[in-house]
Amino acid sequence: MTEHILRMSGITKTFPGVKALQDVNLSVRRGEIHAICGENGAGKSTLMKVLSGVYPHGEYEGEITFEGKRCEFRGIRDSEHAGIVIIHQELALSPQLSIAENIFLGNERAKRGVIDWNRTNYEAGELMKRVGLRENPTTPISDIGVGKQQLVEIAKALSKEVKLLILDEPTAALNDDDSAHLLGLLRGLRDEGITCVIISHKLNEVIAIADAVTIIRDGRTIETLDMATDQVTEDRIISGMVGRALDNRFPPHESTIGDEALRIEDWTVYSPSQPGRKVVDGASLTLRRGEIVGLAGLMGAGRTELAMSVFGRTYGVHISGKIFKDGRPIEIRNVQDAIKHGIAYATEDRKRYGLNLIEDIKRNVSAAGLKGLASRGWVNENEEYRVAEEFHRSMNIKAPSVNSVVGKLSGGNQQKVVLSKWILTEPDVLILDEPTRGIDVGAKYEIYTIINRLADEGKAVLVISSELPELLGLCDRIYTLSEGRITGEVPRQEATQEHLMYLMTKGQER
Amino acid sequence: MTTLTLGRASIPAKYLPVLVTGCLFVAMFMVGGIRYEGFATGQIILNVFIDNAFLLVMAVGMTFVILTGGIDLSVGSVVALSTMISASLMAGPGWPPYLVVPLVLAIGSGLGLVMGYIVHAFDIQPFIVTLAGMFLARGLCYTIGTDSIPIEDPTFTAFAQTRIDLFADMWISPSVIIALVVVAVAAYVLRYTRFGRSVYATGGSEQSALLMGLPVGRTKITVYTISGFCSALGGVLLSFYMLSGYGLHAVGMELDVIAAVVIGGTLLTGGSGFLLGTVLGVLVLGLIQTIISFEGTLSSWWTKIFIGLLLFVFILLQRLFSARSRR
Repeated sequence: MTEHILRMSGITKTFPGVKALQDVNLSVRRGEIHAICGENGAGKSTLMKVLSGVYPHGEYEGEITFEGKRCEFRGIRDSEHAGIVIIHQELALSPQLSIAENIFLGNERAKRGVIDWNRTNYEAGELMKRVGLRENPTTPISDIGVGKQQLVEIAKALSKEVKLLILDEPTAALNDDDSAHLLGLLRGLRDEGITCVIISHKLNEVIAIADAVTIIRDGRTIETLDMATDQVTEDRIISGMVGRALDNRFPPHESTIGDEALRIEDWTVYSPSQPGRKVVDGASLTLRRGEIVGLAGLMGAGRTELAMSVFGRTYGVHISGKIFKDGRPIEIRNVQDAIKHGIAYATEDRKRYGLNLIEDIKRNVSAAGLKGLASRGWVNENEEYRVAEEFHRSMNIKAPSVNSVVGKLSGGNQQKVVLSKWILTEPDVLILDEPTRGIDVGAKYEIYTIINRLADEGKAVLVISSELPELLGLCDRIYTLSEGRITGEVPRQEATQEHLMYLMTKGQER
Repeated sequence: MTTLTLGRASIPAKYLPVLVTGCLFVAMFMVGGIRYEGFATGQIILNVFIDNAFLLVMAVGMTFVILTGGIDLSVGSVVALSTMISASLMAGPGWPPYLVVPLVLAIGSGLGLVMGYIVHAFDIQPFIVTLAGMFLARGLCYTIGTDSIPIEDPTFTAFAQTRIDLFADMWISPSVIIALVVVAVAAYVLRYTRFGRSVYATGGSEQSALLMGLPVGRTKITVYTISGFCSALGGVLLSFYMLSGYGLHAVGMELDVIAAVVIGGTLLTGGSGFLLGTVLGVLVLGLIQTIISFEGTLSSWWTKIFIGLLLFVFILLQRLFSARSRR
């Protein structure tokens, strides 16, 4: 019973400046479904990348034993050869190729280099039967839904004679029926003797399907619970996931809350890539002047999607709902409208969406608010330089001059450039999406101070964050978002990590 | 390494490619001066301007397009079409130049506008849209006529033969003045207008430009329109130079233009580059031709070989440059 198919011990993985994993241990018994739980950024995906050879042996410390043998994988090919297959959250299928072609991609059924189509399609059909996929093997992948694509991935894994199947958030993008089918399939695979490791935020699913749970927090293993012997409840897992104390990482702040600045009512957004899937579902929220409001939600809850759909419809289709600015209904059709109405959005991916990395600080700071620095289309370069210098000083951007290229700044200083850029547009409402992601502790404190200062100036600030302590330390009020719905609104005094996590993992009432 | 330190002065990395091209130009001029009798005169450089005025104008338009991260393959064909329309309208119905030239410029701009609109509205790669434009414009030349049409209009011929004397026996043609005015206006627009900033921002990161509320769509359409206008103007200048309209004028010229812009240090992925670099790029190309002709024994194909080698060097240089700044 206690035979372990996989043992990872003392795994430590360091990225420049960050310890992503620190002395992590994971033991998986043969033939069980083993869940891994943890907050966003806790290190779950990194651990699975170590296991599957995405980070080759030598880039991490520690030992991996699989099927009693020490493993030193140099790449995904090695780990797949050993029988470990990982299915990533973003499916790795080639959309124009058929189901059968995808199943045998890189592993073609061929005779002397020529593909045997009869055998390919026949064997694909057999594998598809095993995973309960009723489609023609020659159907292109792009013609079937995400749920079925997930099944194709599993069929592909089966074709490689998988012994250990790793699924990263397999149900995050699925509807209830597809999720139920997938979970049923995993149980079936377990009965066939295939071991599964599943990473999931949906704790009800974890409780329903897993035989054991390992909880990871801040890159360390906290505990492994056995479903059969330990009394495991959702609350038990949550307390493991969040259990850490708040220290004084936050500048003290008293908010002076004024009138309503922005109100969103019944906001619904559909996914542009998956027709019919609601990414944001009837969300309503209110931001007041001088107030810092948090928006908590796990990955895939629709936080960024909500923010971007409000900010000039930069995400989503069939957006419906009402927006009120200072109590009056407004219409925002594009980013220019949003800026005109005093709304600013600092993206979570500042390198891709927030900055022009090959330009200097000066031109990045002025980019969004250039209108104020120009008359009749002509930019006043002296004024631009003066403004940039002012932010360089007031935001304490550490760079030799405003002519420094932003691509070379550290994360914290880049974020200060992004914030300067938006402050220059003189917004009333700032939506900050993961403002401290990838920033070291000292710079985080500075960013918090800036956020507090913005609130003191009478601006409404909405902070989207995966880090609950950050929201608890910073915000006056916190909304929770789960599967596109606002599941709670908690004032600072009543908020605890456990309560928020409970609201964030609350599924839709059925 | 943010800057290159030369003594006490330091130069931001973004000026580095332009500086390299400038040094290359000076070096080539010096080598030519040492090797050949009568090379090291001011007139040699002015001749490069005179012979390549149309190329310079086209390269200005191309610089705008490449700065946004796009490409315009239609420029050579638009030049041919412009010479063809000018020549046929003046030769056949006898239209006066003051009608013909604006019409040609309008046609070129219109074609650019349409291509830009297609690139933006349907989100199609500029390569394929302008490739279609290239075939279209070239084909249209032959609907006008398959033979070369001579231009005998007195205004055009007068323009072609005018020499503007400078000091010390040096002279330039009116085309050079037109080209330099275009360069000056374009450089000013790129540097000092919101539109210019949008051009750089779009090329630097289109997604972030969108999220900063910059008019990305309008910018893209405008740069192709500018490129169309510049090609048409280049066509007019070429017809001053050639005094004929012909469907086979400027075949493959789009590639020379792209080469000039890239050698001038403009990043082919967009977002970084200067018009001064483009001017230097055109001068370097022109000087290579001059040196080959001074050499006398080398066939003119050696020009292409040198351009090819130079392009390799500059692309590698850009790679190093962008790898550093994106670190």
